Amino acid sequence: MSGVVGVLALQGAFESHETVLRGLGCATQQVRTPDDLAKVNSLVIPGGESTTMSHLLLTSGLFDPLKERLVDRLPVFGTCAGMILLASHIEDGRPDQRCFSAIDIDVRRNAYGRQIDSFETDLDVQGIDGDFHAVFIRAPQVVRYGPGVHILARHDDDVVLAREGAVLVASFHPELTHDDRIHRLFIEMLLEV
Amino acid sequence: MTTRKSTSASGSMRVNRGLAEMLKGGVIMDVVNPEQAKIAEDAGATAVMALERVPADIRRDGGVARMSDPEMIEGIKAVVTIPVMAKARIGHFVEAQILEALGVDFIDESEVLTPADETHHIDKFAFTAPFVCGATNLGEALRRISEGAALIRSKGEAGTGNVVEAVRHLRNITGDIRRITQADAAELFEWAKKLGAPLPLVQEIAETGKLQVPLFCAGGIATPADAALAMQLGAEAVFVGSGIFKSNDPAPRAKAIVEATTHFRDPHILAKVSRNLGAPMTGIGMDQINERYAERGW
Repeated sequence: MSGVVGVLALQGAFESHETVLRGLGCATQQVRTPDDLAKVNSLVIPGGESTTMSHLLLTSGLFDPLKERLVDRLPVFGTCAGMILLASHIEDGRPDQRCFSAIDIDVRRNAYGRQIDSFETDLDVQGIDGDFHAVFIRAPQVVRYGPGVHILARHDDDVVLAREGAVLVASFHPELTHDDRIHRLFIEMLLEV
Repeated sequence: MTTRKSTSASGSMRVNRGLAEMLKGGVIMDVVNPEQAKIAEDAGATAVMALERVPADIRRDGGVARMSDPEMIEGIKAVVTIPVMAKARIGHFVEAQILEALGVDFIDESEVLTPADETHHIDKFAFTAPFVCGATNLGEALRRISEGAALIRSKGEAGTGNVVEAVRHLRNITGDIRRITQADAAELFEWAKKLGAPLPLVQEIAETGKLQVPLFCAGGIATPADAALAMQLGAEAVFVGSGIFKSNDPAPRAKAIVEATTHFRDPHILAKVSRNLGAPMTGIGMDQINERYAERGW
């Protein structure tokens, strides 16, 4: 079983993720405090503003306990801001912005420009038949990835979906398109790790 | 192996409602200069609203309130990494064109500025940038959505530091949504007529029980408790205008309102963050104001 899937609920599109996960039959738990975190067997970090989430992780006392869980290989799926928080290094962030170094990638925030440059497009995703329609909103870009990182999808030359161990990251928003196939990949990942 | 695709579209409703989704659970703060914008971002704001005067000052000064100087908006864009919003007058589509050209992330077609058109709102489908619009009731919200708004905020009464109107407007909107979900198919025609809203949008609400776009709260939030009240009443994020930078000590108040918006159902955390914030903005009663901005919009 996949156990309880936590959704970091400090800020952002956490309810959309919960809706998709519940549709897949998962038990979910919104995570705002260390007590909430203790109840979960995996975690989704949603899109939102990464600077806001970084700030709230510290004020909520969640940063250190979550860091420990990630070191202990808590399975985690980060989308957009979630991908930024899981990265090893952030470009164009705030100097005080924190990240968890859970996956060996460097990312650049808002790499495509402002909201008028946000877009939607179809992707080919390894392990998924047919196109996956993806929405990119002020999306980050992977500017470096280590040898252990497995690339699952690209848009033009950019890595947009990747996995290393128990960490899955997407620079787009699979929670916004009524297509649960990437969340299914995450659930399958939970069953194998 | 992975292959590439490069067909893409910008400015779609999904992309623009998507940014509104990303702002949920957060606080959008009015700022009038780069220093305030930094304080807002430091405090954990999800976005800033760049404007020349906060609503309390617009109210005090009177006269015609217009779009801000592009120089000032660019000065704010230069110092923060979070989205920057700016206001255009109701119906003033050229101000909106200018804001879009400046690369503003969200355009607020706002009743806080003096309306430019007393009949028409902006055709928001003509733009790539997303729009947020105010509403006092569900009919107004649905008219704005039918014109292309990607986000609705309850209007409240800006610049008063008094949450009473925001509460009224939120309850109007969420109460009617609940009632519509109980209506039968024949009654939905009457609802559409009563609300002055397109029938398909009313039918969609009957089915989903939700507004088509995120619903945020604005207009009169001055304390962490106000923000949590709006959230418990069904708002999905809050705009704070005069409430932060018209208080005695803006930075700690801004941080406290951000925490209160995240932990809006936890009274212990709310009690903790509400301590020692100094004096909030004084605020004014509804019987003391001579102009209600919420009445602007049609």
